[in-house]
Amino acid sequence: MPVDTDSQQPHDVSPSTHSSDEVFQLKDLEVHYGKFRAVRDVNMVLRKHEITAFIGPSGCGKTTVLRCLNRMNDVIDSAKVGGQVLYHGVDLYGSSVSATEVRRRIGMVFQRPNPFPKSIYENVAFGPKVNGVRSKSELDGIVEESLKSAALWDEVKTRLKSSALGMSGGQQQRLCIARAIAVQPEVILMDEPCSALDPVATARIEDLMQGIKDRYTIVIVTHNMQQAGRVSDRTGFFTTEVNPDSDRRTGMLVEFDRTPVIFSSPRDKRTEAYVTGRFG
Amino acid sequence: MTATLPGSPPQHPDDLAHQLEGSGDVADRSFRSLAYVAGGLVLVVLGLITWTMASRSSDALSHMGLDFFTTKRWSPPNRVYGILSFIWGTVYTSVIALTLAVPISLGIALYITQVAPLWLKRSMIYIIDLLAVVPSVVFGLWGVLVLSRHITGFYGWLSSTFDGWPVLGTIFGSNPQGRSFFTAGLILSVMITPIVVSLAREVIETTPQTEKEAALALGATRWEMIRGAIIPHSKGGLVGAVMLGLGRAMGETIAVALVIGSATGQITLNALAPGNSMPAVITAEWGEADTLKKSALIAMAMTLFVMTIVVNMIATTVVNRSMKKSRGGA
Repeated sequence: MPVDTDSQQPHDVSPSTHSSDEVFQLKDLEVHYGKFRAVRDVNMVLRKHEITAFIGPSGCGKTTVLRCLNRMNDVIDSAKVGGQVLYHGVDLYGSSVSATEVRRRIGMVFQRPNPFPKSIYENVAFGPKVNGVRSKSELDGIVEESLKSAALWDEVKTRLKSSALGMSGGQQQRLCIARAIAVQPEVILMDEPCSALDPVATARIEDLMQGIKDRYTIVIVTHNMQQAGRVSDRTGFFTTEVNPDSDRRTGMLVEFDRTPVIFSSPRDKRTEAYVTGRFG
Repeated sequence: MTATLPGSPPQHPDDLAHQLEGSGDVADRSFRSLAYVAGGLVLVVLGLITWTMASRSSDALSHMGLDFFTTKRWSPPNRVYGILSFIWGTVYTSVIALTLAVPISLGIALYITQVAPLWLKRSMIYIIDLLAVVPSVVFGLWGVLVLSRHITGFYGWLSSTFDGWPVLGTIFGSNPQGRSFFTAGLILSVMITPIVVSLAREVIETTPQTEKEAALALGATRWEMIRGAIIPHSKGGLVGAVMLGLGRAMGETIAVALVIGSATGQITLNALAPGNSMPAVITAEWGEADTLKKSALIAMAMTLFVMTIVVNMIATTVVNRSMKKSRGGA
């Protein structure tokens, strides 16, 4: 059977291929929390300037996998990552790789808007500052550019000095996107960025994602299948399997393909059941 | 019909009215009265203390007038009572204690919360909490028997090293004594460290994980994360922790009395000189005091009381303001 490169099955990723539009290559990725295996055998390739969505029921490991992409699982003491996360061919979990350097290149937007209790300006300027930008005029420029990219500039340009916590939830989340953009990352990871927002604010975030995808590679975890269908180029469907020896579930990648394929003609029965709403 | 359950439909409107009258809130009412009494009791006790101190200090205050606060001559045989040098002793030893304790305490609190592995974290918390329950007289005795004797060499070195320097030359001045402002400050700093650490630790741990992750996700190092996420979030609470430490330092009696050197009339920036503090003088001189002197000592206690209240009020203001600033309105 001929393998269509656009619709690789999880195990079709051969170790040596690395073309220039591949940003991430996950090989047999698995994550343990202590003794508990949270997710296993994830193999996938994430491509440049695409929006990749991870969907699946709760506990399927999609957020865990996302947090492997910028070493954010390091924050959790008990988390152990196995397999490989190759970023342009470099193993992010290699011994000489600094998590700080990784996160400068791979930004993240979280489930709940989490601006710092500081001014709008200081929120956006924080990243550039810790990455060594000192000049006031340069910072001003970055702040303005980032807020414009996040479609927030017109709403806040007159009150940059006021607290970010006075903004609405949707504005706060766009501020968090601006804050991530401000360090000029190559990739932006989004962990259910709209789950705390109303439909109008969600639509604005989705528009914003489309607007910036020609400059960034985006990976988004979402509970919302319609959202995955609307915004993403490719979709990975994760699910859980019951372990025979305990009641804890391990997550796994079932299918990864172009989004229209996942939603209209998935190969796996479990994917089909999920996207047609019969399960999850 | 007997024993109707609350949810079951009433047989008759009168039954419902009867049910809704409720008799189960007797407990609620008596709890409320108990809470009122307990809360009121605090105010009553505070009021009585204030009233007693004010009435019993009036003799000395009318005898000395404002000179009581603004002069440093304390000579009971001559019926002269000026407490300025004791105010200075209290303030200076507290400032020394804070200067030494605050950076160390915040460092320990940050280490425990952000860096230490779990097992070390637990044992450090345990040891520091243990330090908090050591009776102050134990610190005082250790200070007078061990610290003040063995530290004179170090004081001599400080004094000669910084001789002629601006500021430090004044603080580490000439003729260093084992029992001095600095020794008292040192002992106090050890005593307030556990309090400041415990409070700071709890404040720091209220920083939401998501805010810390936000900083880390921007490529911040651990230190930048602390500065960018934890400090802004816990600033108010940290000030409160320090102020509570200051309150304890200002009021500490016996440990200071043992190591400060009991020298009257000393108002000097030389931290290595002996002096005296308000609570230390009160305990030392109460036993042999005549009526007027007792009145003077009570007035001194009152002064200390007011100073600690002012410190607390400033702390509250600072905390509230920084909270408001960070919570922010539009």
